Amino acid sequence: MAELRFPPVRLPAEARAVREKVRAFLRDELEAGRFTPDVDSWGRFDPEFSRRAGRAGFIGMTWPKAYGGGEYSALSRFVVACEMLAAGAPCGAHWIADRQSGPQILRHGSELARRTLLPRIAAGECYFAIGMSEPNSGSDLASVRTRARREGDAWVIEGSKIWTSRAHQVHYLIALTRTGDPGPDRHQGLTQFIVDLKAPGVIIRPIHNLAGGHEFNEVFFDRVRVGDEWRIGEVGEGWRMVTGELAFERSGPDRFLSDYRLLTALIDHLGVEPGAEEVGAEEARAVGRLVAHLGALLSMSQAVAGLLAAGENPAVEAALVKDVGTRFEREIPEVARRFFSGPVRSGGADYFERALGRVMLHAPSYTLRGGTREILRGIIARGLGLR
Amino acid sequence: MAAMAETGSVLLDEAGRLFGDLFASAEARLAAERGEWPEAAWRRLEEQGFTLALVPEAKGGAGLRPAEVWPLLRLAGHYALPLPFAETVIAAALWARAGGEVPAGPLTLAPALPGETLRLDAAGRLSGRAHAVPWAGQAYIVASVTDARGKPVLALLPPQKEAGARRTLGGDPAPDLVLDGATPEALRPASASLSLPHGWLALGAHMRAEQLVGGMARALAYAIEHANTRVQFGRPIGKFQAVQHMIAEAAGELAAATAACDRAAPFFDEEEGVLDAAIAKARASEAAGKVAEVAHQVLGAMGFTREHPLHFTTRRLWSWRDEFGGEHHWHEMIGRRALAAGGEALWRLLADRPEGVMDEAGEAR
Repeated sequence: MAELRFPPVRLPAEARAVREKVRAFLRDELEAGRFTPDVDSWGRFDPEFSRRAGRAGFIGMTWPKAYGGGEYSALSRFVVACEMLAAGAPCGAHWIADRQSGPQILRHGSELARRTLLPRIAAGECYFAIGMSEPNSGSDLASVRTRARREGDAWVIEGSKIWTSRAHQVHYLIALTRTGDPGPDRHQGLTQFIVDLKAPGVIIRPIHNLAGGHEFNEVFFDRVRVGDEWRIGEVGEGWRMVTGELAFERSGPDRFLSDYRLLTALIDHLGVEPGAEEVGAEEARAVGRLVAHLGALLSMSQAVAGLLAAGENPAVEAALVKDVGTRFEREIPEVARRFFSGPVRSGGADYFERALGRVMLHAPSYTLRGGTREILRGIIARGLGLR
Repeated sequence: MAAMAETGSVLLDEAGRLFGDLFASAEARLAAERGEWPEAAWRRLEEQGFTLALVPEAKGGAGLRPAEVWPLLRLAGHYALPLPFAETVIAAALWARAGGEVPAGPLTLAPALPGETLRLDAAGRLSGRAHAVPWAGQAYIVASVTDARGKPVLALLPPQKEAGARRTLGGDPAPDLVLDGATPEALRPASASLSLPHGWLALGAHMRAEQLVGGMARALAYAIEHANTRVQFGRPIGKFQAVQHMIAEAAGELAAATAACDRAAPFFDEEEGVLDAAIAKARASEAAGKVAEVAHQVLGAMGFTREHPLHFTTRRLWSWRDEFGGEHHWHEMIGRRALAAGGEALWRLLADRPEGVMDEAGEAR
């Protein structure tokens, strides 16, 4: 059987120091009333918070100082991500740029793109969307049909992207486009470009989600011109780049801490008054099970962060973190509702009720975004040596 | 093997070869399950020094660190050893650390279930009942008992040859221990961690959690091997998504249980380790049922026969998950701890450990 590696990793002194620093930052933010802890932390868009986080050095942490980074280890970044989500801080504006767009630009972007964009991302001022899915390309990403054609020094993009979170609020999108022959495995001839969402020919249409929120969009490219310096990586190398970064996208705490504040709210809901009657066994077991799952996930995720810090690409282990992590996220509301009498309604003052309602409505997305559960399980099975 | 991956140490390679060799034939295993004490196998384990792995060198042991020894127990679980190997490693270390002279031969731990108390009266006589004590008829027993002042102490008892013949689903002996005025061979003070509520049981729980992780990895390996070789509808069944997804889900359970055990790995008999041991056992016990279910589903009728060796592993998974507290017991303990601390304190309860403890020394203790 193929090896799955989750080597336990100790946090180095730097990461422990960073933990104290980010905790102090979050404490100050809370005391000043600059944010309210809430569920769906990395989905909430708050540019003011992102700017303050950027100024404090918590975005682009692993990047070179020349590009606005802090040259911290991946484990320090892991710690900051955990602390932000555990605090229920509104990280949504900078999350995608910090997690995947910035690292892609750093590794495969032009010097111009790096110099122009990375310091602004690190400052918490410049935000990104993901441009992968299309109306007819979801899980089967290699079937994308948005085309980029070379015209002199530039490329002309035509097509559309869908499920583009925050496209109406962020500055750029990284679009996966077809630039050449797909080849027998369809993985050839794909290239990524940074697209300015204010560029002529970009049309953004809202798609409202089932909760009534506007996060998604459909983005149309009507002969959008993009200079060659905004290409990411070599022409035709897009597939390798997209899949090469998946371990970063899938193994982080954002795959099991989206609902964390619902868990803390559940604990407070059940524990209400100090000195009150002892909590029942059923309540204690339900909470204890979730806590045990969370403890295991923290260790799994930290182990993958350690592998990433060591320069490895643990794609299968990352898929496991996401599969187990999002399963856990989806269980929290199902457990919580056992201890809430009646249907959850809008308009109430109780935070537990509001959080539970919000999470129930958003939970279906957890096992879809970033690769569906079914796609992940296929990756895991192949990684285990199923032929 | 997934559960062993990161180590590759000489010690584990050596142990793996030995463990695999000890019960290479199904007949040897079945004989042990019928009640024949596998003396030759036991002697080889002792001669190689594995049974005293955690006992300090000054006491004649190997003096290994906890983080080096827990993987040995995982490996013993992987090979489903029908011997009280894990129990001996833990009991010998506890007794030696308490200042006792470790007796030769196998050792075990009592009580092995939640909520059971053995008592020592002022005259030095023991009373009480402990159910399902592993190997109590064959092994010296290190027991946690409550003395006349209500304080926990460790007592050493010889093997209880009259203890009866009850066995677990795994086929290993687990008779009830009935103490009615017996006198211990020796008494030693209990450590601070053993004096905590749940402290005693957590050690045995951690031990079984490691064995569960090893056993789950073995069960999953059988499933993968079978899925790759069993052909139906003209292709290996591992080509079918339904089968792939079952196996992937089981791998997730195993990975989570492994990570939960790894959290607890720096600790042995330490106060900071009790919660992590509880988390390890809770997660591993819950995972074990699912992994066993998937393995049997994939192996079909063949895995349900005595002929296929899967049952040596899955029957033990079904037992180990309930020994030293099943997941429901530990969920309640963990939940009460979290609820007492309150929502805001939960994060530090999980995130601030165990790195803090390990880092100061520069390495895992």
